[in-house]
Amino acid sequence: MADTLTTPKAQTHVEHHDVDYLHDGSLLSWLTTVDHKKLGVMYLWSILFMFFLGGVFALLVRLELFAPGHTIMDAEQYNKAFTLHGAIMVFLFIIPSIPAALGNFVLPIMLGAKDVAFPRLNLASFWIYITGALIAVTAMVTGGVDTGWTFYTPYSTTTDGSVALMTFAAFVLGFSSILTGLNFIATVHKLRAPGMGWFKMPLFIWGIYSTAIIQVLATPVLAITLLLLIMERAFGVGVFDPKLGGDPVLFQHFFWFYSHPAVYIMILPGMAIISEIVPAMSQKTFFGYKATAFSSVAIAIVSFVVWGHHMFTSGQSQLAGAIFSFLTFLVGIPSAIKVFNWITTMYKGSISLAAPMLYALMFLILFGIGGLTGIFLGAMSVDIHLHDTYFVVAHFHYVMMGSTVIAFLGGLHYWWPKMFGRMYNESAARVSAILIFIGFNTTFLPQFLMGSRGMPRRYYNYLPEFTFLHQVSTVGSWILGLGFLIMAGYLFASLRKKMDAPANPWHARTLEWQIPSPPITHNFHEVPVITTEPYDYYRPFEPSVKGHH
Amino acid sequence: MSAETPIADHAAAHSAEPAFRQHHFVNAEQQFSTSKLGMWLLLATEILMFGGLFVGYGLMQSLYPEAWVAGHHHLDRIMGAVNTVFLLVSSYTMVMAVHSASTNNKSKTLWNLFLTLGFAGGFLVVKYFEYAHKFHDGLLPGRLFSYQGGGPPQQAMFFGFYFAMTGLHGFHVLVGMGLIIWIMIRAKSGEFSSAYYTPVDLVGLYWHLVDLIWIYLFPLLYLVS
Amino acid sequence: MNWFRDWMMPMQASEHAAKVDNLYMFIFWLTMAFFVSICYLTVAFAWKYKRKKEGVLTINFQHNLALELAWSIIPLILVIGVFFWGFNDYAAASVAPNDSLEIHVTGKKWSWTFEYPDGTRSIRSLHVPVNKPIRLILTSEDVLHAFFIPVLRTKTDIIPGRYVDINFTATVPGKHQVFCAEYCGKDHSGMMADLFVDSPEKYAEWLEKGDEELYKMKPADLGKMVWEMKGCNSCHTVDGKKGEGPSFKGLFGRTEKFTDGSTIVVDENYIRESILNPQAKVVAGFEPVMPTFQGLLREIEIKGVIAYIKELK
Repeated sequence: MADTLTTPKAQTHVEHHDVDYLHDGSLLSWLTTVDHKKLGVMYLWSILFMFFLGGVFALLVRLELFAPGHTIMDAEQYNKAFTLHGAIMVFLFIIPSIPAALGNFVLPIMLGAKDVAFPRLNLASFWIYITGALIAVTAMVTGGVDTGWTFYTPYSTTTDGSVALMTFAAFVLGFSSILTGLNFIATVHKLRAPGMGWFKMPLFIWGIYSTAIIQVLATPVLAITLLLLIMERAFGVGVFDPKLGGDPVLFQHFFWFYSHPAVYIMILPGMAIISEIVPAMSQKTFFGYKATAFSSVAIAIVSFVVWGHHMFTSGQSQLAGAIFSFLTFLVGIPSAIKVFNWITTMYKGSISLAAPMLYALMFLILFGIGGLTGIFLGAMSVDIHLHDTYFVVAHFHYVMMGSTVIAFLGGLHYWWPKMFGRMYNESAARVSAILIFIGFNTTFLPQFLMGSRGMPRRYYNYLPEFTFLHQVSTVGSWILGLGFLIMAGYLFASLRKKMDAPANPWHARTLEWQIPSPPITHNFHEVPVITTEPYDYYRPFEPSVKGHH
Repeated sequence: MSAETPIADHAAAHSAEPAFRQHHFVNAEQQFSTSKLGMWLLLATEILMFGGLFVGYGLMQSLYPEAWVAGHHHLDRIMGAVNTVFLLVSSYTMVMAVHSASTNNKSKTLWNLFLTLGFAGGFLVVKYFEYAHKFHDGLLPGRLFSYQGGGPPQQAMFFGFYFAMTGLHGFHVLVGMGLIIWIMIRAKSGEFSSAYYTPVDLVGLYWHLVDLIWIYLFPLLYLVS
Repeated sequence: MNWFRDWMMPMQASEHAAKVDNLYMFIFWLTMAFFVSICYLTVAFAWKYKRKKEGVLTINFQHNLALELAWSIIPLILVIGVFFWGFNDYAAASVAPNDSLEIHVTGKKWSWTFEYPDGTRSIRSLHVPVNKPIRLILTSEDVLHAFFIPVLRTKTDIIPGRYVDINFTATVPGKHQVFCAEYCGKDHSGMMADLFVDSPEKYAEWLEKGDEELYKMKPADLGKMVWEMKGCNSCHTVDGKKGEGPSFKGLFGRTEKFTDGSTIVVDENYIRESILNPQAKVVAGFEPVMPTFQGLLREIEIKGVIAYIKELK
């Protein structure tokens, strides 16, 4: 092969240099584009739509719970509403949100690459995602699903509705996730710019890389589990059905073998964003870079062996329970280390409190609550009481929404100028961020109390003593909704403006900020050569990218 | 792998550029090793996916050993063995195809790919007869199970696994055949050379996995003890 | 701080509940200490080091081994401590004392049935004597459920086709709430029960007289329930088909011929005798296989069965 090798210099092209990617090609060409940035943007709009849809279901669920008994819907509609809220948010929004939308856009640029390793596979992932989404929507309108997003057997094999179709949608979406992860792993391994050693990668890359490992290794097990579930419904094979000799707990083992790592598919990218925002907005060297990088990988690995903590009450053996409980506590330590590192990174920094940083600060507080309340649930005797109550609901909303979604919003505000070349209205962004913070806490803090007092989750009706707390929670959801409404307003408004974003509004030093906003189609005129660390804020900036300045 | 963006066309126009190199790779070697890594990752996910089925199968076998023994008596070991031989030989012809492609031997590449395709087709024909026989006897999954010959009721579950595992594997064989036809067309138009035969190599890897999974499936399903 | 604990948690109705709460409150204050520190440092740093001038260089502070070791090892030790504490309490609670009173619990969409050692059954209300170790043996007839008694801090998933158990000793008499905690469909939120913790005398009296509900039911409905729950239905049909025993349909007022050749017109006394002493008169054409229900049925239940048979014309 040596005879065909070319030098990096030989591949500079002139014609397309100065066209930004948003204006390169017709609108129709977006549908078949292999440009990671366009795919990232298309993912972004798709997942934001799904977030809206899931959010509407969330508001409906909260509204129904405003009073005991029938408020706006009956029990069957309520069960479908919370199932769809969960399924949409998990499979269609959170899992693809950061990796597929923001990751697709940023990851290759951060590495100094022109694209991901397999651009056409990337396009395929996107259309598989859209197919899965369409199947899911079909399932919603043809009978809906009332199993909860966890599809526990034997309820899910016996209930009416479009369970098989919804399961199939999750199956299809799983492949989108696998292929994206596979693409990212290959990209990180093979497409780093010259000079970018593993420990010169921005921490966002480490987070997305760890996530990709989980996506590739855990999702196939979910796929096969869902396939067995579909067979179970279609043919009554009986693997999960005790009436036919099967074992319903086996389903839980299979399901959580994927879905607990999936929790880290959701949170690791959030942590990855915070690891970018905090040093950039504090203009500070990252404290404990290697510890944070390794803790991402450690979390990814340990996440495979903690699935059993979802089943302390499912009748697994005491020994198994003890081991899972112990490992669960261990997986908390790397997360704690990350929190300490972020805070220490702020120490003696030059901190800007612009919208992305506001979200990062919110993340630190909300992830603090989400992570620390995990300790209650890891302790077996306490978990027996709290399992399947609102305490768990509040806990995972603090982790999934309070942490991942907040980090996603931070990332969205951080990279928005880069993606679209426009600045949003900063004051409106701050108002919206504060409303979201207040609304979120008003919604979910009371749920810890309700759960501790014994309010079980997935209850359509409840005892009158819980009414007040439920009402506080519902009012919180309205504040939250208002915050998002304002956000939609100023973000759309910014898109109608002329392009005004500077190349580097945050004075950050990773590669994406060394090229114009928005970037040109091939990201870099010349392959950048990396000589510095990503967060060298203690010394004058030496750009790695030539030709843009 | 060329004309996918104007830039790639443009790249092809540069005299020093091999046509197959995609624009975002620095050189052909990087492209080759990246593709190979991608395929290995894909194979890892495949193994985990079948792994889930194997675990479920094994657990249920430990619960109902007698149903598993009774179920496997309905499987035709001869046909299974013939299929094993088909796939093993096809793996060999695949290796030869990759080797021929890497040594610029176009006609031998095509011949070996054709033979591989033939064995894959033979595998599916045998599978068809096996399936037809099971359908005829009512040896089907779950509630479709209507076999009149008696035996433990969990045979219905055994056949659930049988059809899930061999069906998923058969689907992989079909996909493999499609891939082989695709690289045959490309080989015919002379796209491969010692400098570039990545697609043949990758389809080869995939085909070996399909073979490997069958090597596990055969004793697991046909030779239950 | 008891008021605070009582505000956070339900009443403690067992020693185990107190132990769970101790750990809960320990974790609460422990995590609170960490949380307050995190919040304080986050807000304080954001405030103190707020950007005043653009383009300044900051210090190069990347490592501090002592600090990093401290914040890795101290939390590790703390959570390992919490792990052992939680596991110990959990393991202690799962051991059943030898003299436990065993009660069978069956979950079915969407109600709970309880069966006591003497054969008494109750629906949606569980009666136990106070300060007596209880072992519940639970199973489900359809999908997953979970039996959750907040005041006892105990809960277990219930799996069809399998028995699981929970153990407790309730110390506070009164009526307590039981929930289904594993989602099971439409009326999941209505699948509740009452736990009555009674004095031993009251418990014995309840066993004797049965549920209040029994007295509120229409006698014929009660009879139908007894016919289903006590297994009469396995031999006696209500549609006229011949089973192991004569069908109940049209039985009342019919003239029955017995194996010894005698006959009788079926009335209340005959039915009562057949339930309590079934071998006294065996209808011709049937085997003398019926067991006695002496001591297994309450007076009111026998009356119910008679009323039910009367209705089956």
